[in-house]
Amino acid sequence: MSTLKTENLKQYLTPFHIVVGIILLLGGFVTILRFTKGLGAVTNLTDNYPWGLWISFDLLCGVALAAGGYTTSAACYVFGLKRFHSAVRPAILTAFLGYALVVFALHYDVGRPWRLPYPFFVQSGPTSVLFEVGLCVFLYLITLFIEWVPAALEWLGIRKPRDIIVKATLALTIFGVVLSTMHQSSLGALFLIAPSKMHPLWYSSFIPLFFFVSSIAAGLSMVIFESTLSHHYLHDKMDETYLKEHDGVTYGFAKGAAMVLVLYFFIKVVGVALDNSWSYLLTGYGAWFLVELLGFVALPAFLYAIAVREKNLTLIRWTAVLTVLGIVLNRFNVSLVAFNWHLPPEMRYFPRWHEFVISIFVVTIGILVFRFIASRMPIFYEHPDFREHEPVELEEHELKPHPQTWGH
Amino acid sequence: MGNEFYTLHDFMLFTKGVVYYLMGVIVLSILGFWLYITARDEDKLIK
Repeated sequence: MSTLKTENLKQYLTPFHIVVGIILLLGGFVTILRFTKGLGAVTNLTDNYPWGLWISFDLLCGVALAAGGYTTSAACYVFGLKRFHSAVRPAILTAFLGYALVVFALHYDVGRPWRLPYPFFVQSGPTSVLFEVGLCVFLYLITLFIEWVPAALEWLGIRKPRDIIVKATLALTIFGVVLSTMHQSSLGALFLIAPSKMHPLWYSSFIPLFFFVSSIAAGLSMVIFESTLSHHYLHDKMDETYLKEHDGVTYGFAKGAAMVLVLYFFIKVVGVALDNSWSYLLTGYGAWFLVELLGFVALPAFLYAIAVREKNLTLIRWTAVLTVLGIVLNRFNVSLVAFNWHLPPEMRYFPRWHEFVISIFVVTIGILVFRFIASRMPIFYEHPDFREHEPVELEEHELKPHPQTWGH
Repeated sequence: MGNEFYTLHDFMLFTKGVVYYLMGVIVLSILGFWLYITARDEDKLIK
């Protein structure tokens, strides 16, 4: 009996479960501290830095990296690229969880989280950019939830409401694209109010456009990144159609991301030219700006281009990681590094360890919920009772796990 | 660069002029990049 218990315990004591357990325990501890002792006990936020790591990473990066939902559904349903159909559900799930976690993380950051619905139902401020961001995120989260619900209903075997929602797919997609266009750019527009606080190389009247265009590259790269991880860890949950379309989705999205990154690179250069900020490029901040622009925008654009030409899936996957890191770096640069750049070093903000713990805690919850849903609901396969297309005949080598994942 | 601007008009004339040149470079670069990236597309090779 005790041997059986020990074996069961060993089965659960995997490195993944131990690390996740530690993160959840620490996260729970800091959560209690945050909601009993207040923001001052767990953050280094000041009047100079009312927005810290939680806004930079959980919100700005979270929203940008969740852009895969609207880019994939727009490509499939609005632009009619049906060969990307199998990528829609995983992308919608990633986006839904991304936005849900943005709102979850926001509860830690705002002083009085129970007042989050106030701008919509009690006292709205329609002239504020932040109001527009809040309203769009609120509506888009509901839209993503409705777009994700058919998978849950298929899992539960409920047909009628599922069929009604599926018929509204195009309308939901268009609504989602409109909302995304608005709030992705408005997140950048939030910084238009602080021209004197931001470094001239990052401040531009085009910053809403920068945020929007970069979010498309982030979304496309996140879909590639997420599908690579899923291919590795959830391969047994994927059906023939998904496996057959997978490489085509990766090449198509890599090509799209390359073009968007090149466009993003050039409009950033135009931003520098219009403000005549060339002289700042010779300073330390300029070097850092060039690292971001050349190393995390131009380089991934060329790597994507080479990988698409050479049909190199491994290079595409690593480039997707580089692009995602580049977008994260950009959001950190805009909201933390270039923000208050004139302040003396002792007044600059650096997050407390509690803030890092909560950000890692939020990401961990996202991974766990994604794994829970994707391993149960029809995300990577069509439910046999709700199949709309005939299953694709797959050759034997395509049924095996992908040999090229991460290059080994 | 080292230019001194005495009026907003001077500034805008200079920066917009630079951007007009840049736009020409950008259009050609994007066209070249597109041709590079699609050169080995299967539908093109068939033709």
